[in-house]
Amino acid sequence: MTRKKRSFRYIGLIYVLPWILGLLIFQLYPFIASFYYSLTDYNMVNAPKFIGLDNYKQIFTNDPGFTQALKVTSIYVVLAVPVKLAFALFVAIVLSAKLKAINLFRTVYYLPSILGGSVAISVLWRFLFMKDGVVNSMLANVGIPSVDWLGNPDIALYTLGLLSVWQFGSSMVLFLAGIQQIPSDLYEAGSIDGASKTRMFFKITVPLLTPIVLFNLVMQMVNAFQEFTGAFVITSGGPMKSTYLYALKLYEEAFTFFKMGYASALSWVLFAIIMVVTGIIFKTSNRWVYYEDGGKTK
Amino acid sequence: MTHASSNKWLSYVLLTLLGFVMIYPLIWLFVSSFKTNQDIFGSSKLFADTYVWNSYSLGWAGTGQYGFQQFFVNTLKLVLPTVVLTIVSSVIVAYGFSRFTFPLRTLLFSLMMATLMLPDATVMIPRYILFNKLGWLDTYLPFIVPSAFATSAFFIYMLIQFFRGLPRELDESATIDGCNSFMILIRVLLPLCKPALFSVGIFQFIWTWNDFFNSIIYISSVKKFTVSLGLRLSLDASSAVSWNQVLAMSVVSVVPCILLFFLAQKYFVEGISTTGLKG
Repeated sequence: MTRKKRSFRYIGLIYVLPWILGLLIFQLYPFIASFYYSLTDYNMVNAPKFIGLDNYKQIFTNDPGFTQALKVTSIYVVLAVPVKLAFALFVAIVLSAKLKAINLFRTVYYLPSILGGSVAISVLWRFLFMKDGVVNSMLANVGIPSVDWLGNPDIALYTLGLLSVWQFGSSMVLFLAGIQQIPSDLYEAGSIDGASKTRMFFKITVPLLTPIVLFNLVMQMVNAFQEFTGAFVITSGGPMKSTYLYALKLYEEAFTFFKMGYASALSWVLFAIIMVVTGIIFKTSNRWVYYEDGGKTK
Repeated sequence: MTHASSNKWLSYVLLTLLGFVMIYPLIWLFVSSFKTNQDIFGSSKLFADTYVWNSYSLGWAGTGQYGFQQFFVNTLKLVLPTVVLTIVSSVIVAYGFSRFTFPLRTLLFSLMMATLMLPDATVMIPRYILFNKLGWLDTYLPFIVPSAFATSAFFIYMLIQFFRGLPRELDESATIDGCNSFMILIRVLLPLCKPALFSVGIFQFIWTWNDFFNSIIYISSVKKFTVSLGLRLSLDASSAVSWNQVLAMSVVSVVPCILLFFLAQKYFVEGISTTGLKG
């Protein structure tokens, strides 16, 4: 009996063993190794040469490409993520009004999220927003002069941002699920107390959705910092590096120039940035995220 | 009463308009794959006066030595094993986490959740160097092998959530009937978590199918190109020749995902709302 008990203690470990190995080989080791490589000069031909913090020094003091990539990526994240989430939340709220065709609408809005990251959609975006593309032709019909959506350095980044906003469906589905989980007796209690619909929206719906807002915000932010396909296929980082997102810079250093040490340092800088931003979001979340356990949140 | 119904009516109009704007690019893509260059550019009309019907056959054949048939076969060779191994490994690991207590369980679980947040960019370079040393570059192994080790915490978490919803009494009565833990998983729990398995499979299929970044890093010879890479190749190669072929192949490349999406919609929404990350 005791013997059986003891073997039982470790049985769970056997089941999770594949994941443990995967973690060690494909996540933990690369994570640590990339920090080591970031302190070296390594081109994959010669052995890595230890150079201390030189890569980081170079990044922060003498790399206009890094500064540009950081600037462009920050604008992209700060604009695309909140707009996308606001849109997702708005549509989810409209959809949640117990409409008959809710499933159809949900499907239609979700579809772009399924396809959005593919090369095909990047190709499509390129065609739609070309100088003589459909969008400009439509604008011409209503008398708006054509816009150089992809060729104007002041605009191209926003055209890519639009592609991201177009994929608001997955965040929307989450909001929708959250809204549907709010117990209806809360609203009943509210209406007995004579609260108006608007008041209930701000006092019940919004607070109960804040954990989902937090979750969406963090996940979308982490993804947006690493956005690659659109900028690579549609604009190749141009014009004048106006869509030179961080992932493009990283790709270029690592897989065009094979400066693996330098690229590793860049990837750690990105990691640090993402961690700091996530940390800030979580820190401030105490103030705006509602927790059902009654605010045991310091 | 009238207020409420007019509100509802307004919602419908709003949602339909928005839905139309959302879906119009995809409709345009499909219709334009039959248009001539003149009608693709400089025209706001969805439908054209003349259509061409050979864009699909010509695009499929491709311009170079390898056509889209090859790219499709390649993509399936990459995607299918990845999907199957992801399902198998994720189920086993999720079972371990959700049904057993073992030393370091809490620590390991937190570690797993932490990897959800680990940006791929940070581990990409050493992985590439590792796969290079193993001689796996220009093969599909960098995609397939990690999937056998449940490297996607997203799927494990999704399945753990699902397992938690299944009553433990099921396991207990099976134990009394003499089942060991593995038989319980196979005979009792797996049939019940089919929807969750579908969700995992579908998400992994679509993400791997659409993946571009890893493909461009790991696959270098045209012979082994995936659909994503093939599409980019045709975009670069056909300099102003026949854009309808590029559009046609864009349509073809998203068809498997669209089909899967419509056939298995239920699982999608279920999957994303039980765990709901990413997208």
